[in-house]
Amino acid sequence: MLETLTTFLFGRLSLESFPYHEPIVVATFFAVLLGGIALVAALSYFKLWGYLWTEWFTTVDHKRIGIMYMILGLIMLLRGFADAIMMRAQQAIAFNGSEGYLNSHHFDQVFTAHGVIMIFFVAMPFVTGLMNYVVPLQIGARDVSFPFLNNFSFWMTVGGAVLIMASLFIGEFARTGWLAYPPLSGLEASPDVGVDYYIWALQVAGVGTTLSGINLICTIIKMRAPGMTMMKMPVFTWTSLCTNVLIVASFPILTAVLVLLSLDRYVGTHFFTSDMGGNPMMYVNLIWIWGHPEVYILILPCFGIFSEVTSTFTGKKLFGYTSMVYATVVITILSYLVWLHHFFTMGSGASVNSFFGITTMIISIPTGAKIFNWLFTMYRGRIRFELPMMWTIAFMLTFVIGGMTGVLLAVPPADFVLHNSLFLIAHFHNVIIGGVLFGLFAGIYYWWPKAFGFRLDPFWGKMSFWFWVIGFYFAFMPLYVLGLMGVTRRLRVFEDPSLQIWFQIAAFGAVLIALGIGSFLIQIAVSILKRKQLVDVSGDPWHGRTLEWATSSPPPGYNFAFTPVIHDNDAWWDMKKRGYARPLEGFRPIHMPSNTGAGIILAGISTALGFAMIWHIWWLAAVSFIGLLVVAIGHTFNYNRDFHIPVDEVVRTENERTRLLSGQV
Amino acid sequence: MDKLSNVAAGVWALAVSPKQTLDTGPALSRYRAIALLPVMAALSGCNLVVLNPAGDVASQQGDLVVISTLLMLLIIVPVMALTVLFAWRYRQSNNTARYEPDWDHSTQLELVIWAAPLLIIICLGAITWVTTHKLDPYRPLDRIASDKPLPAGAKPLEVQVVALDWKWLFVYPEYGIASVNEMAAPVDRQIRFSLTASSVMNAFYVPALAGMIYTMPGMETKLHAVINEPGTYKGFSSNYSGAGFSHMRFNFLGLSNQDFDGWVSKVKSAGGSLDRNAYLALEKPSEAVPVQHFGTVDPKLFNAVVNLCVRPGTMCMSDMAAIDRAGGLNAGGKAAADAILRANTLAGFPDTQPTGLCTVAEAVEAAANSGAVQRPTVTPISASASPAGPQRLANP
Repeated sequence: MLETLTTFLFGRLSLESFPYHEPIVVATFFAVLLGGIALVAALSYFKLWGYLWTEWFTTVDHKRIGIMYMILGLIMLLRGFADAIMMRAQQAIAFNGSEGYLNSHHFDQVFTAHGVIMIFFVAMPFVTGLMNYVVPLQIGARDVSFPFLNNFSFWMTVGGAVLIMASLFIGEFARTGWLAYPPLSGLEASPDVGVDYYIWALQVAGVGTTLSGINLICTIIKMRAPGMTMMKMPVFTWTSLCTNVLIVASFPILTAVLVLLSLDRYVGTHFFTSDMGGNPMMYVNLIWIWGHPEVYILILPCFGIFSEVTSTFTGKKLFGYTSMVYATVVITILSYLVWLHHFFTMGSGASVNSFFGITTMIISIPTGAKIFNWLFTMYRGRIRFELPMMWTIAFMLTFVIGGMTGVLLAVPPADFVLHNSLFLIAHFHNVIIGGVLFGLFAGIYYWWPKAFGFRLDPFWGKMSFWFWVIGFYFAFMPLYVLGLMGVTRRLRVFEDPSLQIWFQIAAFGAVLIALGIGSFLIQIAVSILKRKQLVDVSGDPWHGRTLEWATSSPPPGYNFAFTPVIHDNDAWWDMKKRGYARPLEGFRPIHMPSNTGAGIILAGISTALGFAMIWHIWWLAAVSFIGLLVVAIGHTFNYNRDFHIPVDEVVRTENERTRLLSGQV
Repeated sequence: MDKLSNVAAGVWALAVSPKQTLDTGPALSRYRAIALLPVMAALSGCNLVVLNPAGDVASQQGDLVVISTLLMLLIIVPVMALTVLFAWRYRQSNNTARYEPDWDHSTQLELVIWAAPLLIIICLGAITWVTTHKLDPYRPLDRIASDKPLPAGAKPLEVQVVALDWKWLFVYPEYGIASVNEMAAPVDRQIRFSLTASSVMNAFYVPALAGMIYTMPGMETKLHAVINEPGTYKGFSSNYSGAGFSHMRFNFLGLSNQDFDGWVSKVKSAGGSLDRNAYLALEKPSEAVPVQHFGTVDPKLFNAVVNLCVRPGTMCMSDMAAIDRAGGLNAGGKAAADAILRANTLAGFPDTQPTGLCTVAEAVEAAANSGAVQRPTVTPISASASPAGPQRLANP
C-alpha cells in the first residue's frame, strides 16, 4: 500500500536515487549547496531579487538576453571542463593494472556529460548569446522580431541545463557517449534514468534553440535598416543568418529522432531496437543528419566574428566580401551532404563512402577560400594586436591543422584506421577549440566594451590567451600521436605502459587550460574593479566598421534613437568617412516591447515536465503538461505587450551621451 | 628538394593512374620514411602502429594517411607561413609596409584562392575514389603483400566474429573450433571475417592488421585482411559498448603455418563444445574474461546469432523477413512460412517450442485462426524459403 503510494507520488525516484554513498559527488553537492546558499543570501541581503526579476529574468531586451546566454555558457563551461580534467586525470594514472580513481559507472557518465554539455550548453549558448546581442545592433534594429519568444528560448535552454545538472545529484546521467547510439541507449542496455535525462534535457533545450533560430532568421530578413540590402549586410550577420537556417532545418531532425528513441523507451516501439524490424543504424543516420550541420552551426558565426575582427584590427575592408558570402552559403548547403562520413566503418559500400568522402573534402574549398580572404585582409593592412586579433591569428594557425586532419579523416580508407581513435578526438577538439572557442573569445573581447562600456584588462587577457593556446597544443597534440599508435576513445584503463607519458602530457595541457580559464575569470573580476580606468565613452573603442559601434556603450534599451540609413557595406565606417553628425534633436517616443514573466514560467513548467517524465512521475507530468497549455493560452490574452519610451526619456538619454562624447573631446 | 619532387611525382602518379595505386608498397614506404624523418625522430621509442603495421591492408591505409597529409601540406604550409609573415610585416608599428585600407578585391587573387584548394581536392578526390574501392573491406584481396600476388586457388581463412558483452568470440567454421578473446591466423593467408554482435554495437579493430569495422546486432559486416609478419598484436573494440568496454581486448596471433596448425589442434584438444546453450551462457555480460577455447562448435551458431534466434523457440529474422516479403501472414505468407518450417526442419532447425508468437508453426496457426485479414498478395517468393542463409538485413 505504502509502496504503491510512493510509486505514485515519486515514480522511480527513491532514496537510493541520491548518490549519498559516493564521496566525490557528495562533496561536490555540498560545495554547490554552500555556493548556492551564499548566492541566495547575498541576493536577498542586497535586495536584488526584484531587480533581477524585473530587469533580467523577464526582460525581452535582446542585449540582456544575450548577456544571460553568455553567463549560462560560462557556468556550464566550468562544469564541462571539470568533466574534462577528471577524464584527463583518470587516463593519466590508469596504467600498470591501476583502475584509476573512477569506476566505469562514473567515467562513462563523465565523458558523456562532457560532450553533451560542451556542445549543447557551452558552445550553443555562447554562439546564440553573441548572435542575440550583436545581430540586431549590426542591422540597425531595436530588438529581434519576436522579443517574448527570445526570452522563452533562453529559459528553455536554461531548463535543459538544469536537468543535466540535476542528473549529477539525483540519479545518474547517460553512459552512452554524447550521441547515445542505440541499442546501447535502448531500454534493454540502459534501463536507468541516464538516457532519459539526456533525452529530456536535449528536448527542452532544443525547443529553445529552434525558436531562437526562427526568431533570428525573421529578424535578419525583416528588420534590417533601410538601405541594407542582403549584399550590404555585415559578414557576422550573414554567417548568423546561415547558422540559423541550419538550426531551423536541422534541430527538428534531432527532436524527431529523440522522440522516436523516447517511444522505444517509454511505450515499447521498435524503431531502433535490433529485433522486431527495428534498426539502430537508422538512428545513427538521423542523428548525424542533425549532428553534422550542428558543427557548422557552431563554426559559421565564429567565421563571422573572425571576419569582423580581422577587418577592424587591420583597418581595412574585408578582402573578397562577395566570395566570403558565397563561401558561407556553399558551406551551409554542403553541410547537409556529408553526414555519412561519421560512420564510414559501418559497412557502407565503396561508392557510398567515396561520395560522402568527396563531398566532405569539397567543403574544405570554401573554407580554404575564407582563410585566404582573412589572409589577404591582413595583407597591406595596419594590424593592431589587441586581444581579439591575437585570438584570430591563433585561430588561423591552429584551425588549418584541424582542417587538414579533418580532410584526412574524410578519406574513407584512412578513416578506417583513424575512426574512433584519439586522432579523431584530437581533430574535433582542434576545430572546436581552435575554431569555435578561439572565435568566441575573439568575439567576447571584441564586443565586451560594447556591452559594458569598458574594456577587459589586457594583462590577464594575455595570460588567459597564452595559457589557453599553449595548453591546447599540450593537451591535444599528444592525442594525435596516440591515435597513430592505435589508441581509441572512451577507454578507462590501459595496458601498454609506453602510452602513459603521452596521457601525462595531455593532462598537463589540461592544467594549463585550467589556468587559462582561471585567468579569464580573474580578468573579468579585475576589469570590473578597474572599470573606471578601462572605460570607453566613445562607443567605438576599436575604430569599428559596422553599425553596432554607432551607438553608445552599453547601448540604450532602444539601440538607436533614429534608425540609420545604410549606403555601404561597412556602414559605420562609411558614415564616419562622410562626416556623419549625430542628430541632437527631433526625437520621438519609441515603441518597444514589454517585459513578461511568461517565458520563465513556461520554461520552468517544461523543466518540471521533463523531470516528471524522466522519473515516471505521471501525475506531475500530466499536471505540468496541462499547466503548460494553460499558461501558454493565458499568455495569448496578455494584451499588455508594448509601451512607448516617452520622448523626455529619449532626450535625457541622448543628451547624456552628447555630454560624455563632448567630455571626451 | 629532390626528395620533395619525388614525393610530388608519387602523389601525382597516384592521382592520375589507378593502376599505379594498386602497387604502392616499398616505393611509398621510402617516401614515408623520408618525409616523416623529423617526426619519426621526435617520436622514436613509440610504436606508431597505424603508420607501420604488419598487415598489408593496414599498411596501404597507413600509406594513404601519409600521402593525403603530404598532399594537403602543399597548401597548409604556405598558408601558415603567409599568416605569420603578414602578421609580422603588416603590424601597426611597421611604418614602412604599404597600407591600402580600401583594397578589397582582386579577381586574379580570388581565382587563385578558389582554384588552389580545388586542385588539391581534385587530386585527393581521385585518390579517394580509387582507394575506397580498392580497400573496401567487403572486397576480397587481390594480393597478399605488395610483392606477393594472391596464390591461385587459395581459399581464404573464414573467421566468424561475435562481439559479446564484453568479450570477443571467434568461430573457425573450417576447423569447427571457437575461441574467446584470442584469435590466430596464419601469416600470408587471406582472412575473411564475418562479423556481428550480440546486444550492442562494437567495432572490431586490430590496428596492425586492417582498419576497423563495426559489429552490430542483427546485422553482418565483412572484412578482408591478411597478416604478413608473425607476432602477437593487440585487438580490441573501438566503439564504446558499456561498462566492460575498456577490458574488451584480445590478442591477435600471427603464426607460421605450422604454428597455426599447432594452435588449431591445441584448441581442438581443449575439448568443450560451443552449442547453443553454451553460447547463451557465454553471452551473459562479463568483464575481463580470460581466453577460452572450444574444441567443437555448432556449425549453425553464427547464422543463428546474426538472425537473433540462438534461443530455441525464437523465430529467425531472416524467416520473419521472408514471410513479410510474401505479404505477411495471408495466403502467400502462409505458404512461405510453411516452406520455411519444412526447410528448417530438414536443415536441423526444428524450432517448434512454443514461446508466444515466435515460432513459425505458431505464426501459421495464428494466421489460420485469425480468419486471415486478406491483403493483396505481394509477389510470391521462392528463393527466400530456403534455409536461412546469411542475410544482410539492413544495408550496412
